[in-house]
Amino acid sequence: MRRNALLRRFRLLAVAVLTVAVTAATACGSDGPSSMEATTVTLLTHDSFNLSPETLDVFTARTGIKVEQLAVGDAGRLVAEAILTASAPLGDVLFGIDNTFLQRGLDAGLFEPYRSPRLADVPDRFQLDPEHRVTPINFGDVCLNYWIDAVDGAPPATLDDLLDPVFADQLVVQSPETSSPGLAFLLATIAHYGDEWEDYWAGLRDNGVAVTTGWQDAYYGQFAAGGGDRSVVVSYASSPTAEVLFSDPPVDTPPTGVVTAGCYRQIEFAGVLAGAANPAGARALIDFMLTPTFQNDVPLNMFVFPVISSATLPEVFTAHATRVSDPLMIDPAEVEAHRDQWTDRWVEIVLR
Amino acid sequence: MGRDRPALSSTARSWSPARWSARLAAVVVVTFFALFFVWPVAGVIVEGLGSTGVDPIIDLFASPAFRSVLWFSLWQAAVSTALTVAVALPGAGAVARLSFRGQRLVRAMVTIPFVLPTVVVATAFEGVFDRFGLTDGDLRLHHTAWAILIAHVFFNYAVVVRVVGAHWAGLDARMEDQARVLGASKPRVFAAVTLPRLAPAIAAAAAIVFLFSFTSFGVVLILGGPARATVETEIYRYAVVRLDLATAAALAVVQLVVVIGLVALSNALERRRSSPEPVHGVGAARRCGLGLAANLAVMGLLLGLPCTVLVERSFSTGESSGGSGYSLRNYAALLDRVDLLPGTAVAALGNSLMFAAAATAVAVAVGGAAALMAAGDRSGPVRLVDVGSTLPLGVSAVTVGLGILLVLDSPPLDIRTSIVIVPIAHAVVGVPFVVRTVVPMLRAVNPHSREAAAVLGAPPARVRREIDLRVAGRGLAVGAAFAFAVSMGEFGATSFIPRRAETLTAPLALFRLLGTPGAVLRGQAMALAVVLMALTAVVAFAVDLLGDSRKGAF
Amino acid sequence: MAGSGIGPVLGPVLEIVGVEVSFGEVTALSDFDLALESGEVVAILGPSGCGKSTLLRAVAGLQTLDRGRITWDGTDLAEVPVHRRDFGLMFQDHALFTHRDVAANVAFGLRMQGVSLPVRRARVNELLELVGLAGYGPRAIATLSGGEAQRVALARALAPQPRLLMLDEPLGSLDRQHRDELADELRRILQQVGVTVLHVTHDHSEAFAVADRVAVMLAGRVAVIGTPPEVWHQPRRSDVARFLGHANVVTVGPAGAVRWGGRLGTEQGRVLVRADAFRRAGSGDRVSVVEVVVDDVRFRGDRYELRVHTDPGRVELVVLDQSRACRGERLTYAIDPAKVVAVDSGQPDGSA
Repeated sequence: MRRNALLRRFRLLAVAVLTVAVTAATACGSDGPSSMEATTVTLLTHDSFNLSPETLDVFTARTGIKVEQLAVGDAGRLVAEAILTASAPLGDVLFGIDNTFLQRGLDAGLFEPYRSPRLADVPDRFQLDPEHRVTPINFGDVCLNYWIDAVDGAPPATLDDLLDPVFADQLVVQSPETSSPGLAFLLATIAHYGDEWEDYWAGLRDNGVAVTTGWQDAYYGQFAAGGGDRSVVVSYASSPTAEVLFSDPPVDTPPTGVVTAGCYRQIEFAGVLAGAANPAGARALIDFMLTPTFQNDVPLNMFVFPVISSATLPEVFTAHATRVSDPLMIDPAEVEAHRDQWTDRWVEIVLR
Repeated sequence: MGRDRPALSSTARSWSPARWSARLAAVVVVTFFALFFVWPVAGVIVEGLGSTGVDPIIDLFASPAFRSVLWFSLWQAAVSTALTVAVALPGAGAVARLSFRGQRLVRAMVTIPFVLPTVVVATAFEGVFDRFGLTDGDLRLHHTAWAILIAHVFFNYAVVVRVVGAHWAGLDARMEDQARVLGASKPRVFAAVTLPRLAPAIAAAAAIVFLFSFTSFGVVLILGGPARATVETEIYRYAVVRLDLATAAALAVVQLVVVIGLVALSNALERRRSSPEPVHGVGAARRCGLGLAANLAVMGLLLGLPCTVLVERSFSTGESSGGSGYSLRNYAALLDRVDLLPGTAVAALGNSLMFAAAATAVAVAVGGAAALMAAGDRSGPVRLVDVGSTLPLGVSAVTVGLGILLVLDSPPLDIRTSIVIVPIAHAVVGVPFVVRTVVPMLRAVNPHSREAAAVLGAPPARVRREIDLRVAGRGLAVGAAFAFAVSMGEFGATSFIPRRAETLTAPLALFRLLGTPGAVLRGQAMALAVVLMALTAVVAFAVDLLGDSRKGAF
Repeated sequence: MAGSGIGPVLGPVLEIVGVEVSFGEVTALSDFDLALESGEVVAILGPSGCGKSTLLRAVAGLQTLDRGRITWDGTDLAEVPVHRRDFGLMFQDHALFTHRDVAANVAFGLRMQGVSLPVRRARVNELLELVGLAGYGPRAIATLSGGEAQRVALARALAPQPRLLMLDEPLGSLDRQHRDELADELRRILQQVGVTVLHVTHDHSEAFAVADRVAVMLAGRVAVIGTPPEVWHQPRRSDVARFLGHANVVTVGPAGAVRWGGRLGTEQGRVLVRADAFRRAGSGDRVSVVEVVVDDVRFRGDRYELRVHTDPGRVELVVLDQSRACRGERLTYAIDPAKVVAVDSGQPDGSA
């Protein structure tokens, strides 16, 4: 009978609501980090964090601690939310704060210092916080990429080349306000040109630079990779590797090249969150993140380089990954002190 | 005229069904909104302005830059709304009044754009712009206000077609016939007879479209370009990028005030214009070749073109070798795990479906209860529910999302990281759809029908079920379809809520697939987008079938 | 009061005693009394806005009383909710459930009683046949004509075999011809079913055609009650007489003197001179003769309705005449004293 069907539907809804309500009520006791059992550690990270499924099982097998992963948006959101919830942290370990936002997290007192014994295997240049509130886990470089077939003549080799009329209307970048590579590229130009960075950007604007909100709409929107008409884009040094690895049909050489000059280095860190429910577990997890098991798994899941010297990179990764010899970097404290001012100026120069 | 019905709407002493169930509904609705909307938003505002007071708000208005941002926000939302209503109203009429094969399918298909992640739509639009040479030159659409407006029409077309269409289908077509017989021309009949009776539904749909456009984030930034700013994007910028919570909270207050004003206005219009239809009937369905063809052409062009681009890309393979062909490889790949994701794309679809089902159930239950409250009574507190239940559409996802993290942080309600918060956050946005589609339909119920049922022996709760629920069935179906789509498309606050790796959803998977270069990933992302579209259409279709209450019940 | 007590009742089944309902300033029912015998059809006849519908709503339980009580078989109905009263109510706008077909509408009350499907089906068919709509079961409500809709509404109200059937202007929305037709049919159906009926209408021909007794309701209370002939012939009050369409309420002076100079064989006061009381006077008529001038003539099928004024006296009268007359013609009538009845006895001015 139709009526009965309707009735059943209605009851079903009611039951669903009640279930949700009851689960919500009971979840309080079991899910909050504060009452989390010591055998679980909660890893707070961003949406791009990924590992092979078995990697964290190794950690659990070794320590008896299970890892709960919680992901929030991108690195910027991750830091902002961690700071907003500092008084009642969402997890025990935060992974994914990079050197462009590091100081913000440090200033907010997000982390408990922890010096992992495994840091011995990590070169000093990655250890940006002398107090060891954060531990470097991986690094990558934001570089200009070009679509080989779309470049007439020689590809760009330096940042200055982009001012050449040959590259008029060829470059697409991301806004540093909404995009992590966009911010990194702005910082690269500031590191490279010093006080003249504003002139450089005025020059880029005059040469027809296009600006997008995020990486996707740059790479797949205006860049040749997505059928766009621009041949140079801000991306990562590892992007050509992905182009080969995820090519269809399989190809041996990437369709893109990397401009190795003017790259900005991004280092990603992990830290024990202050007020963590399971600080011991958090420290154990950070130790694990510096083991070869974890580090070797990083390249193909996140397209970044491991920080430990003893890591072995997969061959598919090394075959096409570009090693940037002299990446640019600005001290995190200086970035924090000037970030808003720089981006404001950048908006005035490029977008207004 | 020999009719006197003094008590039709007169006093509180008049009979009204189910006082106790109304109270229960009120408790559910108020608790839900208090916990998952009012408290979080208040939390952000208090956190941001607690120490500074109203100074940041005053500072905002002192800034010419902000005033132009506010103006642009209102302007683009208003124009988007007007355009959407103008473009979609004929479509609503076609869906409601014309009888043609595949009608239900069309109704289901128009819901599709709703679930598409902005990034995907943006690339599809750029693909279309590209093909028609609109990326550069005089006819440039890329990164213009027009691109924003067109995208808003694309996203919201379904809202007008379905919300207005559901109401339209319930109007007595004989009134139009009567007017035609009395010598009114077709446009005249529409303006004088149809439009006034549609006004409540149009007000409801317009309110939804306006709020959606007003709080639109991805469309503004991606299609409008990074140079555009609205109140919504500024809230994000200050709260997340700048970590200036005081300014963000001040912006949130401004947004809230604007939205409350608009919702109250729209509700007042809806309330004033709605009157019970003497006969809640259809009249003969008619065929109209030309009008139908024109409507289908508009839908095809506006909705079909960008979607076709996606479909085409989803089948396109072999791009890395230069020449591309078509195959099903991208779809087959949905079953394989790529290193970048914790699970397969199909598993992500499963998660999305699960969340969407739960969110829809909550939205329908809470929204249905809120609609019953809002439609039944006209007292002050009930108006508050009427306005309040629509607000989540117009309040920044940043405010709600961060608010949930801020306030739901201590026992007994530390559910920030619990799995239930995801469907709840989706439902908060889904509820307004249910309320706004159901309320005009309930208001159109002849109160005598309820009374007749009661006299015939139906206890109050039964009256609700037999009369209101059945009459509002189609509205509930429409609301449910949107709530489902909202959840499938991951609107609003959810992007701020931490989620477990194992519960990766389809839009997130899609975003990640598009976050790394590679033709395989891109092809798989497009295939995933198409499956997401298809799934949404199928569910909208099924819900439509369920909600069709016109069959006899013996 | 009669009819109280348990067991079979000989007196009235429905008793309405001293009922008062008002909406703010407007009094819909004031000190309203009425009693219905079992199986009786009573019509409440009154102009729009006299409170008729409120009365039905009060009896149905849809309207709370300010004062007074309504009892059924001696049981006060105040605490009996609408759906437990076992009454039927047919609305003027029929209020059919448009989202269900005809059969489902008729079956509704039976479903509420939990009647089994086969019984429901049989009963629905029986009722549709009773109201002359056999085979209409699967029709959609929107496809029905006004008259058909009213029949369905009647069938729906009758289906659960209510103790009392209330009809609110059941024929009000129909045109004249349908109304007369359906009125006769309604009478037949009600007699066949034998249900107690409270019927509200503003149309006296409808009331007279359908009801055993007619109660004329003016300003929230019953002015006159009786069988249709009683009410028609002896309206007792001038306002009732006027409402029923009697035009000739005449003031009679001492010793039967009237303004046109003649005499009526009645006592001093107001009288109703029925329009059919006039007969063309012959030479032998001396008493109750009136001379008139014809102002207007209307053809009424079996006779002519003349608007006339007396000369002398200029009293306007309506006269039903077998023969034709011309405008301006002078006629002399004799008045049949049997068709002259006193009104407003004891009330100096009942027309207020």
